[in-house]
Amino acid sequence: MQQSVTAAETTSTDQSTGGNSPAHVTIRGLSKKFGSAVVYDSFDFDIPRNKFTSVFGPNGCGKSTLINIIADLMSCDAGEILIDGKHVRDVRFGYVFQNYREALFPWLRSIDNIRYPLKFMNLTKAEQRAKVDKLVEYFDVKIDLTQFPYQLSGGQQQLVSIMRALVVEPEILFLDEPFSALDYEMTLFMRDQLQKVFMETQTTIVLVSHDLEEAIYLADHILLLSRGPAEVADFVHFDLKRPRHAESVTEASFVSTKAHCLEIFQREVRKG
Amino acid sequence: MSRLVPFYGVIGLIVFWYVGIWVEIVDPVLLPSPAQAALAIWNGMADGGLLADFLRTVERTTYSILIASVVSIPLGIFLGSSERLYRSVEFIIDFFRSTPASAVFPLFLVIFGVGDETKILVASFGAALVILFNVSYGVMNARKTRLLAAKVMGASKFRVLIDVMLLESMPQTFIGIRNGVSLALIIVIVAEMFIGSVDGLGHRIIDAQMLFEMPDMYAAIFVAGALGYGFNLLFLIIEQRFVHWSGK
Repeated sequence: MQQSVTAAETTSTDQSTGGNSPAHVTIRGLSKKFGSAVVYDSFDFDIPRNKFTSVFGPNGCGKSTLINIIADLMSCDAGEILIDGKHVRDVRFGYVFQNYREALFPWLRSIDNIRYPLKFMNLTKAEQRAKVDKLVEYFDVKIDLTQFPYQLSGGQQQLVSIMRALVVEPEILFLDEPFSALDYEMTLFMRDQLQKVFMETQTTIVLVSHDLEEAIYLADHILLLSRGPAEVADFVHFDLKRPRHAESVTEASFVSTKAHCLEIFQREVRKG
Repeated sequence: MSRLVPFYGVIGLIVFWYVGIWVEIVDPVLLPSPAQAALAIWNGMADGGLLADFLRTVERTTYSILIASVVSIPLGIFLGSSERLYRSVEFIIDFFRSTPASAVFPLFLVIFGVGDETKILVASFGAALVILFNVSYGVMNARKTRLLAAKVMGASKFRVLIDVMLLESMPQTFIGIRNGVSLALIIVIVAEMFIGSVDGLGHRIIDAQMLFEMPDMYAAIFVAGALGYGFNLLFLIIEQRFVHWSGK
């Protein structure tokens, strides 16, 4: 596996994590317990800038916990997390929840859902509208955005939530298993939408996924976590040229990367 | 034809009523015919007596609900916004919610006298606790994901309260208001019957009973029923318009 880079050397801030891209998020000494279960114990990691990083690992290893702590949705017991050297409060970021039904505001029309985060950005109404219009044009959405979220299909709702996360032009975007509640056809469509966003904006993206194929398909780097407490089992580099498409999953580099990740995953699962 | 389905029960009840009169299950003096009762409603409304009493009851119930809502909705949001705070007063709310409002009539009479205030305030008291309890639960059960979503987008605690919690609690708040209206109407009618009243549907029912005017009594009972049904329907319609996302 010439593509894989072990994460043993990822301790100092200035050292790059994935190949040659500098760190965007630095995690130092992260510790988190749920009751007596230690999820993280002095965990260190750097998330590379302008790269697409997928987080994958066994159930309950703390994949979602990691991005929840970075995004300050959850507190940690110890440790320091900096985004560009700043606290997350001072960073413009986007977060997409797995459960779009509960994350969108059903009392607002879809378009107003997308506009909502702009309310906190000191923009005039006209500027807000311009940003939303630009985004709608970019996605070329066929959805009637004057509808309320509950009038849309699941995939359309998640698309609205992704647009809501992107409208602020985030420096970094977190996605927590965003497609796991969608049917396969919609999942494929959404993956490509996300890939398009990444290719055109080069925004740092962190995707938590429980689907290995999806994790690799979208990623520049796959962070494989071990369980209890979570450690970096491997940090795999995957540089297949973009845009990737449905057939990419049959290419040799994809197959070998997937085999490698699967091997590590199974090793970690067996460890219990 | 299927649009008539809801009326089958009503037609059945009227037929059953006529059969009851025909076979004289009960004394005809105690049970007038549906036509007599309907005529009594018509006459009562036409001569203004029943209509005036009906409007008095509507007025008292409306005041009760307004007072109860104005007090309970803000207080419920405040208490519900902190689960700790709500737990600390939960026993008091549940205790007084379980106390029959009629049991506090004498107390309110001593404090507020025999006027309209007592009737309205006792009904408000009962309705307020029901609304308070529902609003608080509505706020406490706000979807955590929705609160977090607002937070990650940069909403302050206050904005989360106004933009999310308040709206999240609306479906439950309406359930509280509808239950509160039913309770307030019950209390108002009872108060009109017994607490030095000179008007209202409750007073009319008791009066008709004293004078043994059975068709008038049935007329007032049916009008009270229609009032309760109408209030519920009114709030259901407001709810569907206003809380369009409820249950979706």
